[in-house]
Amino acid sequence: MAEISQRVGGNGARSTEPGTVAHWGQRRGTLHDADGLIAGPGDPSAGGPRPGDPCIDGGTQGPEVGAGGLGAGTGSNAALRGVDQPLRVLSPDGSPTGASDPPYPALLGPEQHRQMLTDMILTRRVDAELVDLQRQGQLALYASCLGQEAAQVGVAAAMRAQDWLFPQYRELGMLVARGVDPVGVAMMWRGAYHGGRGLLERHTSPICIVVGANALHAAGFALGVRLDAADEVVVASIGDGALSEGDVHEALNMAAVYEVPCLFVVQNNQWAISVPGRVQTKSATLAHKAVAYGIPGIRCDGNDVLATYSVASDALRWIRAGGGPVLLELLTYRRGAHTTADDPTRYRGDAELERWAALDPIDRYRRHLVAEGIWGEEEERRAASVADEAAAHVRAEVCDAADPSATGLFDLVFTRPTKELERQRAQLERELARRRS
Amino acid sequence: MTTTTYRQAMREALRDALRRDERVFLMGEDVGRYGGCYAVSLGLLEEFGPQRIIDTPLSESAFVGAGIGAALGGMRPIVEIMTVNFSLLALDQIVNNAATLRHMSGGQFNVPLVIRMTTGAGRQLAAQHSHSLEGWYAHVPGLRILAPATVQDARGMLWPALCDPDPVLVFEHGLLYNAEGELAADAPVVDLTTAAVRRPGTDVTLLAYGGTLRTALAAADDLAGEGTSAEVLDLRSLRPLDTATIVASVQHTHRAVVVDEGWRSGSLSAEVSARITEEAFYDLDAPVARVCAAEVPVPYAKHLEEAALPSPGAVVEAVHHMAA
Repeated sequence: MAEISQRVGGNGARSTEPGTVAHWGQRRGTLHDADGLIAGPGDPSAGGPRPGDPCIDGGTQGPEVGAGGLGAGTGSNAALRGVDQPLRVLSPDGSPTGASDPPYPALLGPEQHRQMLTDMILTRRVDAELVDLQRQGQLALYASCLGQEAAQVGVAAAMRAQDWLFPQYRELGMLVARGVDPVGVAMMWRGAYHGGRGLLERHTSPICIVVGANALHAAGFALGVRLDAADEVVVASIGDGALSEGDVHEALNMAAVYEVPCLFVVQNNQWAISVPGRVQTKSATLAHKAVAYGIPGIRCDGNDVLATYSVASDALRWIRAGGGPVLLELLTYRRGAHTTADDPTRYRGDAELERWAALDPIDRYRRHLVAEGIWGEEEERRAASVADEAAAHVRAEVCDAADPSATGLFDLVFTRPTKELERQRAQLERELARRRS
Repeated sequence: MTTTTYRQAMREALRDALRRDERVFLMGEDVGRYGGCYAVSLGLLEEFGPQRIIDTPLSESAFVGAGIGAALGGMRPIVEIMTVNFSLLALDQIVNNAATLRHMSGGQFNVPLVIRMTTGAGRQLAAQHSHSLEGWYAHVPGLRILAPATVQDARGMLWPALCDPDPVLVFEHGLLYNAEGELAADAPVVDLTTAAVRRPGTDVTLLAYGGTLRTALAAADDLAGEGTSAEVLDLRSLRPLDTATIVASVQHTHRAVVVDEGWRSGSLSAEVSARITEEAFYDLDAPVARVCAAEVPVPYAKHLEEAALPSPGAVVEAVHHMAA
């Protein structure tokens, strides 16, 4: 029975050979010995985020951050940040808010800035192409992320390659920024390939359709990461609607109790199909809910990619240092429909849309980078060309892509085929042969 | 051979799995310090520590979902749900997630998760702790459903279940934990795909699983006293069903009675009956009969509960009826 020790299919990053996984207690000791990281939420002194990390609009933030960064104080007295005013680095006009100097982590060089803006532009372009492809009958359905590019690219840019993303269905920007070929995403919406292709290689879970279920899976995956003492952080991406699901409450509660390395990112895009945020919760902000779980809660302007990147980086650093989960609310807005099957004009007006269009995340970042001398006409041309090429590539691959074999229907139910499914497959093959003849 | 209980056999299976593979861990309500509400995991916390024997919050969806997540990452979690009734709180995770993720990910991910839970009535635990919902789960593609009815199966099914790359649900009938049986020190691993003939016979096949195996065996004893030779078949795997063994037995005895503690309408007994009808209709000398739980919430009062459950007497009567 060596079989159990073999990794099956694409699963995970765990070791593959029997006996190569040391006992967790030993591994844990090794981690701490090697890194000197004993920090829990109540002891941020040894490796947690540093005080006064230069990403925060200090002038408008809520409760005092304190000397310890995210979780200053004790584990049961979790810190809240940004709940009076969402944390912000760039004003809507692209100018630095000026509360911190420099206005974003010095770690970001010009190339990283250009990459992030290019990813945002590419996301928007491909997103529009996918909406068009659905309208032209090439995709059955699509969920646009228009307006949420900063939140998505900012979080993904803060993650390392070995970290794991558990996305929902509106995460094209995160996937693109993780390096997933958007064709793989398009093929899922076409029905040519389930779950999105090319995700596993980018440490990304299947695209989650059941609202909030990925929060549970991320928490459990993170539990496994901790048992293995692997150097990985798990990021669950959920929305404001998902935060009302009992499953997400259970996931946050359990992740907090076990202090697993999991970042819960809530893109508060303010609409769950037709249900607005005020119907989802009586809480003053979504970040407030972190208080009940005893974990840090942060509210950040999700249309400000630099604030998002900075806050997500802080949170990931905190989690890597053993601080336990963090709840990060990114305030943004779903400018498109819920999916292509939805008509948002039935439940919201133009004024609201115009207000949020004026807060466009790409315009804001572009203005800033132009002012900084990092972005100019040449960069704009290059980004547009990259985005157009990606969109053309998606269109070329998707349009009239062959349907997978109908008898493949039975391939993915069990890893080991059952007699009953073999019988049903044979029956279908006979039926198809009859239809052909 | 040593005499052991079903509970000890299951505990030994857990211990063996935890020793064999570091990726195996057990999580659920009260499994740690308390040793499990049915005392199955007693002593395992002391032996394997709190990192591998994990007490959970009262959040069935969370710990089943976390088991799925850990399995996606290549761990081999064993999740214990206190009773099948509580598993309804995790139904979305079991049916919409564990059973579908291989399919939904185009085969990129599978879910090597084992979920154990207690099922069945007979202990005066009333309607919200006593039901037999195995048949519901056996309805769902993507799940393997096991019902160990003997000490040998309790000991031998867990490891192959953990070796299965797909999710496996193990149903342990609450009345079986104290049942005793003989177990060899080197008891073989159990084949998860086949039904087992527990008692050979020639006149009628009694098809049972889990808690009703004892009912069927008791009925077979009574029938033997009357000169009727009953074959007793233990289904063991409720999904996939071992149709070949079922049909072979019925072709040999020409009569079949399905004994199922689940409710009759839309039940596993209906599925077994349908398969016999589909594949052995012309071998039958009498219509297939079913002995199931009364279609009521399982009562609390002892005499009412007894009246609601399949009994050896009801099985004998069903056999009499088909011979008449």
